[in-house]
Amino acid sequence: MEIYRAHVLCCSGTDCTASGSTQIFERFEQLIKEKGLEKEVKVISTGCFGLCKDGPIVVVYPDGTCYSHVKPEDVDEIVSEHLAKGRPVQRLIRNKETEQEAAGKTLEDNEFYRHQKRIALRNCGIIDPENIDEYLAMDGYKALEKALTKMTREEVIDEVLRSGLRGRGGGGFPTGLKWKFTYNSQADQKYVACNADEGDPGAFMDRSVLEGDPHSVLEAMAIAGYAIGASEGYIYVRAEYPIAVKRLEIAIAQAHDYGLLGKNIFGTGFDFDIKIRLGAGAFVCGEETALMRSIEGKRGEPIPRPPFPAVKGLFAKPTMLNNVETYANVAQIILKGADWFSAMGTERSKGTKVFALGGKINNTGLVEVPMGTPLRTIVYDIGGGIPNGKKFKAVQTGGPSGGCLPTELLDTPVDYDNLVEAGSMMGSGGMIIMDEDNCMVDIARFFLEFTVDESCGKCTPCRVGTRRMLEILNRIVEGKGTMEDLDKLEELAAGIKSTALCGLGQSAPNPVLSTLKYFRNEYVAHIVDHVCPAHHCRALLQYIIETSKCRGCTACMKVCPAGAIEGEVRKPHYIDPSKCIKCGACMETCVFKAIQRK
Amino acid sequence: MPDTNEKFELLNQAIEELKDQPGALMPVMQRAQNIFGCVSLDVQKLIAEKLGVTLSEVYGVATFYSQFKLKPAGKYTISVCLGTACYVKGSQKVLDRLSEELNIPVGDTTDDGLFTLQATRCLGACGLAPVMTVNDEVYGGLTPDDIPGILEKYRELEM
Repeated sequence: MEIYRAHVLCCSGTDCTASGSTQIFERFEQLIKEKGLEKEVKVISTGCFGLCKDGPIVVVYPDGTCYSHVKPEDVDEIVSEHLAKGRPVQRLIRNKETEQEAAGKTLEDNEFYRHQKRIALRNCGIIDPENIDEYLAMDGYKALEKALTKMTREEVIDEVLRSGLRGRGGGGFPTGLKWKFTYNSQADQKYVACNADEGDPGAFMDRSVLEGDPHSVLEAMAIAGYAIGASEGYIYVRAEYPIAVKRLEIAIAQAHDYGLLGKNIFGTGFDFDIKIRLGAGAFVCGEETALMRSIEGKRGEPIPRPPFPAVKGLFAKPTMLNNVETYANVAQIILKGADWFSAMGTERSKGTKVFALGGKINNTGLVEVPMGTPLRTIVYDIGGGIPNGKKFKAVQTGGPSGGCLPTELLDTPVDYDNLVEAGSMMGSGGMIIMDEDNCMVDIARFFLEFTVDESCGKCTPCRVGTRRMLEILNRIVEGKGTMEDLDKLEELAAGIKSTALCGLGQSAPNPVLSTLKYFRNEYVAHIVDHVCPAHHCRALLQYIIETSKCRGCTACMKVCPAGAIEGEVRKPHYIDPSKCIKCGACMETCVFKAIQRK
Repeated sequence: MPDTNEKFELLNQAIEELKDQPGALMPVMQRAQNIFGCVSLDVQKLIAEKLGVTLSEVYGVATFYSQFKLKPAGKYTISVCLGTACYVKGSQKVLDRLSEELNIPVGDTTDDGLFTLQATRCLGACGLAPVMTVNDEVYGGLTPDDIPGILEKYRELEM
């Protein structure tokens, strides 16, 4: 193997690619060749580092200097200064508060990484995902070898069971139990399946694992196949993730070439193969029974359980479905043991969890922390707090199935059970931060609109019930709600939760219930006072010109699309509320700040 | 660009390649959509016949998943804002004129495949009302009489 004195890692995740990382990679290759450094410096295109807001990201090893917002024209300087002369380019170093401090800013020093523990993301941003040799160099496929040659099927299942690993896709069902149930089913054919239909708005951890470390999923699926007695696996991945699909295809082909998939793996007589199936844009296909119908080429509608997929799943055979992040933990558990894994986390939630931080937060991106890390650490220490000096209002976890948690719960240690107890859920790990400008009634309405759009229509509680809830919420944000509407919302929510067919429907009322619980005063303000406390809901806004500040410049009058502003030149103007459509154009135009929104 | 016969030939090849795998319907339809830009009724009939499933099953899948289109979208998608600000400034009249000039109802595509006409919710450009977009290009302060000139611009691009 070639030895290089320096490695340049260019992120090629979706966000960095969108901001031009491909040209950066190409420029590095070109310049390094021109300067005759190709025997000394290796340029690698890697998966996501998690610092998506600051992309494109470039990291230089062995020193670990982390460059952010790199442009193709910056590459010349990095090559001539850092790579040729060993002097890092200070102006491009992330988080440089002062020149002094910047000198020591490597990836590991970053506040963003200090509280993190990367297991599922262990190779993301470190290896080239399109080169199996780099995965092998990181102990890749060693766990598969260990399982196949040194462990019985029962021992593999026992290891996963004892590790305490729970499903990372949302429900949190113990993974080892799923494996055991499918192992216990008798059939001529069984299947292993991977849920890569990451549909929650704001969640992208599965995409990053597939883009940054696809072999970790393939290896875990093969281990699962051995354990439960399956020779075939399916990965169901969203068609919206083209880079992930491409890297999976490359990884599967390379694993075949190396004999790590296919017939007689490691000479043990174990056969295992993996196929990719693309989704076609249906959120409900993230539900396990719907996903299996979709792989069968049918409409992705859920079916009642039991029978559970472990007994009768894909093509009516016993099927074991886990999500991408769950699989990404498996090889490490087999290699390092259940005790190593279960030493991390809380009593009933072991290991780590990846979160996609988004919304009103400084460091949007991907973070992986031990279970039990307080929300406050994630929001303030890792996420860097709320931008523009605004006040934190809530954190939304679990996507359309989850809920909004207020400031009082910021010290909650994040694990499956604490989140459920607080009225939210882990979900797939989206974490959206909201500040004082977000209206919680409108947020609930937004998520319900999503559920109504994505309901498959099979069962009445979800198809009709969520629509009725949405209508009530629409009335409230327009200032036409009544206090009885709140009781109706709670009654409908209870009915839908207990009678909907699948998890999508059963959890759909959660955003409404949690906001009713923690932000009831905002609902009441809309209904009783006809006021939106966050000044967000258009129907309840009022634009007023402060006569003492208005100079009568007529700028607002000219820009008003509705002709609602009256007044004479150099005399205070007036907004006619009956004509005002509350577009805010006047407020943006006024240079004297004379227009107020109430 | 392959002509229609060549496209059907490509589809036949795709069906031959995929038909023996379990659950072939969706992969076949995805290939069909890549070839034709949509899965029209003719295409659905062919798929149903070759895979030995009913047309209703194919249609059921085509209408369940949002990525399957029954008609191809035009090269230029015209979206007229019907948000409140645009509406009070007369965007409905702009939309009506577009419908008249293109000779299609809202939501439809012209026969030459050039234009798709649709109405959208507020685009947030209220100061420019009434507003429409043609693909990513924004047009503001519109009157119905502006429409023929704008359409002509895109037609000339195709000459």
